[in-house]
Amino acid sequence: MRARFTVALLIAGLASLSACGDDKKTSESKTGVVQFEAGTTMAALNQAQKITIGTKFDQPLFGLKGLSGAPEGFDVEVAKIIVSDLGIPEDKITWIETPSSVREEKITTGGVDMVVATYTINATRKERVSFAGPYYVAGQDLMVKKDNTTVTGPESLKAAKARVCSVSGSTPAEKIKSFVDPAQLTLFDVYSKCADGLRTGQVDVVTTDNVILLGLIDKSGGEFKLVGKPFTTEPYGIGIKKADVKFCQFIDETLQKAVADGRYKAAWEKTAGKVAPTPTMPAADACA
Amino acid sequence: MRVVVDHFDLYWHGFLKTLGICLWAGSGALVLGTLLAALRVSPIPPLRGTGTAYVTLVRNCPLTVVLFFIAFGLPEVGINQSYYRFAVAGLVVYTAAFVCEAVRSGINAVSTGQAEAARAIGLTFGQSLQFVVLPQALRSVVPPLGSVLIAMVKNSAIVGAFGVGGELYGVGASLTGAQGLAALPVLTGVVLGYLAITIPAGIGLQVLERKVAVAR
Repeated sequence: MRARFTVALLIAGLASLSACGDDKKTSESKTGVVQFEAGTTMAALNQAQKITIGTKFDQPLFGLKGLSGAPEGFDVEVAKIIVSDLGIPEDKITWIETPSSVREEKITTGGVDMVVATYTINATRKERVSFAGPYYVAGQDLMVKKDNTTVTGPESLKAAKARVCSVSGSTPAEKIKSFVDPAQLTLFDVYSKCADGLRTGQVDVVTTDNVILLGLIDKSGGEFKLVGKPFTTEPYGIGIKKADVKFCQFIDETLQKAVADGRYKAAWEKTAGKVAPTPTMPAADACA
Repeated sequence: MRVVVDHFDLYWHGFLKTLGICLWAGSGALVLGTLLAALRVSPIPPLRGTGTAYVTLVRNCPLTVVLFFIAFGLPEVGINQSYYRFAVAGLVVYTAAFVCEAVRSGINAVSTGQAEAARAIGLTFGQSLQFVVLPQALRSVVPPLGSVLIAMVKNSAIVGAFGVGGELYGVGASLTGAQGLAALPVLTGVVLGYLAITIPAGIGLQVLERKVAVAR
């Protein structure tokens, strides 16, 4: 079944690539594409030959819009994999910035076809949208200097008498309180101050979501490293219209294929892979 | 008001921390400020220049910048201390400039005849300052010094942004930020904490003023 599906997709992809304005050929390619069951989101998107995707524009390594004008990062690469399997060329993607506060709204109002934006799957959000994936599991982690060997995980912090830095009022700052004495904790208003303190030896550890830490490590020029033992789970999913089960299943299958044929690994290595080893893809949640 | 009662423990610790910072910083600023004032009225030009330069530089810089240079500048040149000490040092450095000017105005208010008389009986500059001029000067500057110190207590709210966790304002920030409580009731609690320091301080200063006042 899966093999047939892949072949069908390949044909669809080739057909849509070779469709060069000739009416007859286009209609042929569309017959090929109808492997996407008629009436599904996939068929509609393929028919339209364009897609709008929401991502972050300010998250280094995941979704960051740089001087080139197009967003870059792991989220962006994952979205591109799905788009290519929909038989839509990359240059037909419209990228839209979706900061955390507007993601559900953009999906429910149809402003975007899907959202790939460091989007943690949780019950509250599931009430308004559906999630495909997860394609990555983020979590709170620790960042230390490159030569630090005493800090091996959150449990080692107390024994190492490590001075830990985070941002006041943030969830990670509250979370770490169960692992350290209050006197060990230093709180700033932004993470860049923590990174500065780590560089100058004022603190020994910086803690928050590993995705943010990876961005800091990327900027540190090799001075910092990730301890690599996340102690919370933030599964990142792909947000789509609520109850679009078929689209969800299609994305999950595409992700599985991307792992099998190395595209998932390539996407990571091209982006966050600069500072962290390739993660294993988490098992997909049930589509609902 | 529920918020304050529910989190009284947090508020209390924040209050104690802020009080501690203010006591250290206040004493430090009074000592350093008086020394600076002595420099500024000294007969030796290089000392006078040092005092003037200090006041000009520090008094005209925002406190945030002063704290930034101490908390992030000193580690850069290899001086590592706890952020608590950096915060106290920053407040001392900044407040001392204002204390200096208040004290200097008091010194100027002491009539020149006093200093001349002190010199006439053979006291050195240091002695005349210590035994004749400063005791009279400090009495007359209790009200402006009070204002400087009360301003310092309120300025101490900034140190939360420089790595000192759990002081009064920081408690407010963590209650609104991490626990998502409404800001106004939380900040009302913070205000009460500061008032609990500044109002008794004001009353104490009034008592002190009456006690040390001399009829001239």
